[in-house]
Amino acid sequence: MNWTSAAPAVSAAFLGSMVEAVEALTIVLAVASVRGWRAAGLGALSGLALLAVIVLALGPLLNHVPLHPLQFLIGILLLLFGMRWLRKAILRAAGLIPLHDETKAFAQETEQLRDQARRHEARLDWVAGLASFKAVLLEGIEVVFIVLAVGAGHGLLVPASIGALAACLLVVAIGFVLHRPLARVPENTLKFVVGVMLSAFGVFWTGEGLGVVWPGEDLAIVAFAVLFLVIALLAVTLARRQNAAALP
Amino acid sequence: MNLFTTALRELIGLFIDDGWLAAAILGVVAVAAITASFISGGRLAAGAILLCGLLAVLLVNALAAARR
Repeated sequence: MNWTSAAPAVSAAFLGSMVEAVEALTIVLAVASVRGWRAAGLGALSGLALLAVIVLALGPLLNHVPLHPLQFLIGILLLLFGMRWLRKAILRAAGLIPLHDETKAFAQETEQLRDQARRHEARLDWVAGLASFKAVLLEGIEVVFIVLAVGAGHGLLVPASIGALAACLLVVAIGFVLHRPLARVPENTLKFVVGVMLSAFGVFWTGEGLGVVWPGEDLAIVAFAVLFLVIALLAVTLARRQNAAALP
Repeated sequence: MNLFTTALRELIGLFIDDGWLAAAILGVVAVAAITASFISGGRLAAGAILLCGLLAVLLVNALAAARR
């Protein structure tokens, strides 16, 4: 294993998965606070089970896809996914859109479930379990995508999976101890960093898929990440200035 | 069916949020792919187009979104 490419892959998987796990935990905790741990736990476990089935069914197929088309496809998906995260993180850092607030998300989800409880008391366990299931499944799919995207091209699936699993276990452990959403996690900073890293991986894999031999080989990922970081910080500064100038 | 549609919409939403950004990314990739495929010795140039094009797309798109 080459640590030059493994370190960015493992850290991208760890940080990206931490963001997703925090978001899923908020909804599972909201469900648990309204309807108890049975509905929340069953929903979350069902989501995890379906996720495992998807990974086990699709994982082996990756071995049958030729390397260059796989790198090209994953590279494009990484660019779409990573640059979308980075754009949103830039706009949040510039104060143009509000920061993601886990406490607010928790309150909204709880209120929504209580409202549903008033209307459909009889099948509330279903509704609550489904909310928990959906949160774990959808955030889990993002985790799986990040792991596949940063790990599949260079045989780094195992280290990237370990990074993602460590992040999820850490968030779940802290969530169980605190019993409230992890509002103090600097989510936008994490999204900013992960957006930069995923965009850098995206350029690298798309280029490799096109047959580009990057100068410095794997070290090029680090150089791309630095460039994306510089441009993103520049965008934050310019967007802030533009916003300040537009105010009366 | 409703759950399936919602899941599909959320799955697409993972990659496409702002249509302008997605179209610009795919446009840069297409130009890089054409350069790599049809110009002799164009692979390194394709890499440069990819990197510089995407950095430019990010900056322009973020500033355009800030103006909106």
